[in-house]
Amino acid sequence: MLEYLYFPHDISTFGPQVDWLFELIFWIVIVVWAVVMIAMLVLMIRYRARPGRKAQYIEGNSRLEIIWTMATAAILLAVAFMSRSTWADIKEHGPPGQVFYLVNGKQFNWEFTYPGPDGKFGTKHDLTIENELHVPVNKVVRIDLTSKDVIHSFFVPNLRLKQDVVPGHVIQVWFEATETGQYEIACAELCGFGHSGMKADLIVQSQEDFDKWLKDTYAHPPAPPAPAAPATPPQGASPK
Amino acid sequence: MSSTAAVAAHGAHAEHHALGFWRTYIFSQDHKMIGKQFLFMALFMMAIGGLMAMLMRWELAFPETQVPGFQWVPEPFMYEGAIPPNTYNAMFTMHATIMIFFVVIPILVGCFGNFLIPLMIGAREMAFPKLNMLSFWVGAVAGVIMLSSFFVPGGSAASGWTSYAPLSALAIYTGVDWGQNLWCISIIVLGASSLMGSINYITTIVNMRTQGLYFFRLPLVIWSLFITAILMLLALPMLTTALALLLFDRIGGTHFFLPSGGGEPLLWQHLFWFFGQPEIYVMILPAMGIVSDIIATFSRKPIFGYRTMAYAMVAIAVLAWTEWGQHMLQSGMDPALGAGFMFATMIVAVPAALVTFNWLGTLYKGNIRYTAAMMNALAFVAMFVIGGMSGIWMASAPVNMYLHSTYFVVAHIHYVLFGGSLFGIFAGITYWYPKMFGRMMNETLGKIHFWITFVTFNCTFFPMYILGMAGHMRRIYNPQQYDFLKPIIPINEFISISSFVLGAAQFLFLANIVWSCFKGAKAAENPWRANTLEWTTPSPPPHGNWPGTAPIVYRGPYEFSSPEVAEDYLPQSLLLKRSKAAAD
Ligand code: HEM
Ligand SMILES: [Cu+2]
Repeated sequence: MLEYLYFPHDISTFGPQVDWLFELIFWIVIVVWAVVMIAMLVLMIRYRARPGRKAQYIEGNSRLEIIWTMATAAILLAVAFMSRSTWADIKEHGPPGQVFYLVNGKQFNWEFTYPGPDGKFGTKHDLTIENELHVPVNKVVRIDLTSKDVIHSFFVPNLRLKQDVVPGHVIQVWFEATETGQYEIACAELCGFGHSGMKADLIVQSQEDFDKWLKDTYAHPPAPPAPAAPATPPQGASPK
Repeated sequence: MSSTAAVAAHGAHAEHHALGFWRTYIFSQDHKMIGKQFLFMALFMMAIGGLMAMLMRWELAFPETQVPGFQWVPEPFMYEGAIPPNTYNAMFTMHATIMIFFVVIPILVGCFGNFLIPLMIGAREMAFPKLNMLSFWVGAVAGVIMLSSFFVPGGSAASGWTSYAPLSALAIYTGVDWGQNLWCISIIVLGASSLMGSINYITTIVNMRTQGLYFFRLPLVIWSLFITAILMLLALPMLTTALALLLFDRIGGTHFFLPSGGGEPLLWQHLFWFFGQPEIYVMILPAMGIVSDIIATFSRKPIFGYRTMAYAMVAIAVLAWTEWGQHMLQSGMDPALGAGFMFATMIVAVPAALVTFNWLGTLYKGNIRYTAAMMNALAFVAMFVIGGMSGIWMASAPVNMYLHSTYFVVAHIHYVLFGGSLFGIFAGITYWYPKMFGRMMNETLGKIHFWITFVTFNCTFFPMYILGMAGHMRRIYNPQQYDFLKPIIPINEFISISSFVLGAAQFLFLANIVWSCFKGAKAAENPWRANTLEWTTPSPPPHGNWPGTAPIVYRGPYEFSSPEVAEDYLPQSLLLKRSKAAAD
């Protein structure tokens, strides 16, 4: 159903859970909204002023009010409880990582650092590329997010993933892409005049293609990115 | 109430109202004039904020093209009429700042609060008339400071109305220097103005209610203004603190929010939203009160569940302090804490739903008269339902992860603030206009304005939900830079075109206000046949509010269609033979 609402195609393992919650709330809202609106329209038409008639003096009805209140509270709490576990899966625990990256947001580019075969950041194997994130398909990717200047937000619509990138913090997120292809990464937090257009590509590859890309890139490393002017060095940026 | 002595002493005032021009219209201490001053200031600011919305909409539909008729704007604000990104950022920052701080709050709290509180509680003035005058003029100074920030080098603030640090904390990040400083200063000054107002409202309502007007006989609009004043009194110091710290970072070289010196960017968000969440309810509660009064009056029925309405508003105001983290779910705050905020946010929807239910209950078996005021009030209910329900998606933390910072939020904001607060304001102005200006507003023009606004409002803001579902980020100046947003270009164009009609339609409302002021039909004392005290004095009320003695109250505010009388209304101050005993 969500395609009809222009949702981007989902390619992450937790995406279906997010979409399911969206749809659940969608149906609850549509039904309640329809009932409320129909009731309102009926009342508005049925009780429009007619000459010679007097309204009926009704001060309220506590029973109805209590029922209505309890019903709303029950529905909302149910939604909250159902959201709770998905939230924990996505942002609190999640599976152990298989591929690691360090991501630096800076005005107005994304810097992706691959640690090399040793899996450690801060060594000579580090490979830093701007605005291109290559990951293998069906692997749990864990990313340390940090920023060199202001707050950015790492947003991949197709993954249903969003996380603010805060200078002075290293925030880890994870995802597992289920389909190869090229997707967009956007910045979703206002970060200055270049905010619009601060984007990168997420390139999900088969394991073979990914390995080949790694080999080629190590053979011909790209020029290191220009240092950002007001940079706070990322501290303690190694995967847990 | 002990106010009878004060009232008698004040009564003498009513005779000598031959004050000069300056004391009557400019430095007035009359709460009614101050209310009107707030209204006119806010309407002026609304035109500026609205113009910026139109420019933004042009940019979003036709990015990086020249805005027709704007070639004259000098560089670097515009380039032959084309809007550069930093100007766009400055525009949405100032649009939201102006609409929130200089339009919605001044009208709801400044205008209606000042005009209605003494009149509806049977007082001859505010508790502190001089403080009241000061409150307006301090607010006006804040407005001048805010507007002047457009003209300093670097332009006005451009880091969003939320001014997240570190972006807002150093000039190099935005290129805006004094613009952001003036923004901080203006809001601090405005905060002082609001504090003065709050203290005045609280004192007046607690101490100056007329004889027989117990708390549970107050109209709901007074309840809402009372609660609002308490919210502001408690929330504003937090904002002032945050702004002062931000200013220190900017001009004092401190590092409260800058990690390079050990500061914490998230501190700003906590401080800001701890203020901001109550502030959001400041913008909706008075509108709820206004709409309750209007719906009861034109349904000719008591409001359904009067006490529950008051309690629900109190509940909203209490819960407001537990929700600030709903804006920070993806900020890097501990996700477990985020889960707690998710529950708190869901809970506040309960009293809001109750209030809606009671509005519908009020219509039941009523005798509904569709005046322009009533139509706007009913639109408030319908739009508030949509706006409020869309909040459920965003309250769910995992769904929030997708929708946060997208147009879904923009749609939600506008359904509650425009569809809600602003329709409430239209309703309130239309309803109390006769009391304010002594003439009726033109009904036909009012209805034309209502229908155009209602239709184009929905055409403008409903599709924004769909933009949000497509992932369209907010605060971006050119959506066409992204491939995944290509399919929704036509929607953006549609939105912009309807927003132009929406913007233009507001001139009908302004025209109605001005035209009716001179040419409208003369208003009777009680044109809507309502019950509350402001309708027991001539329109407009004289200095001192009641020519004779102040009214005494014998019953609640919503005794419509009471079986006790033949008419379908029963004023609060009307002494019936039978209820005399009940009064004392
Ligand atoms: C003709 C009517 C209006 C139009 C066309 C309009 C348009 C817009 C647009 C396009 C944005 C998004 C800017 C962006 O994120 O890139 C926006 C943001 C906003 N508007 Fe409006 N607006 C209108 C009226 C109002 C009113 C009456 C209010 C206040 C009650 C208001 C309050 C806001 C707020 C709070 C934001 C959020 C700003 C932010 O991103 O921080 N708007 N508006
Ligand atoms: Cu950014």
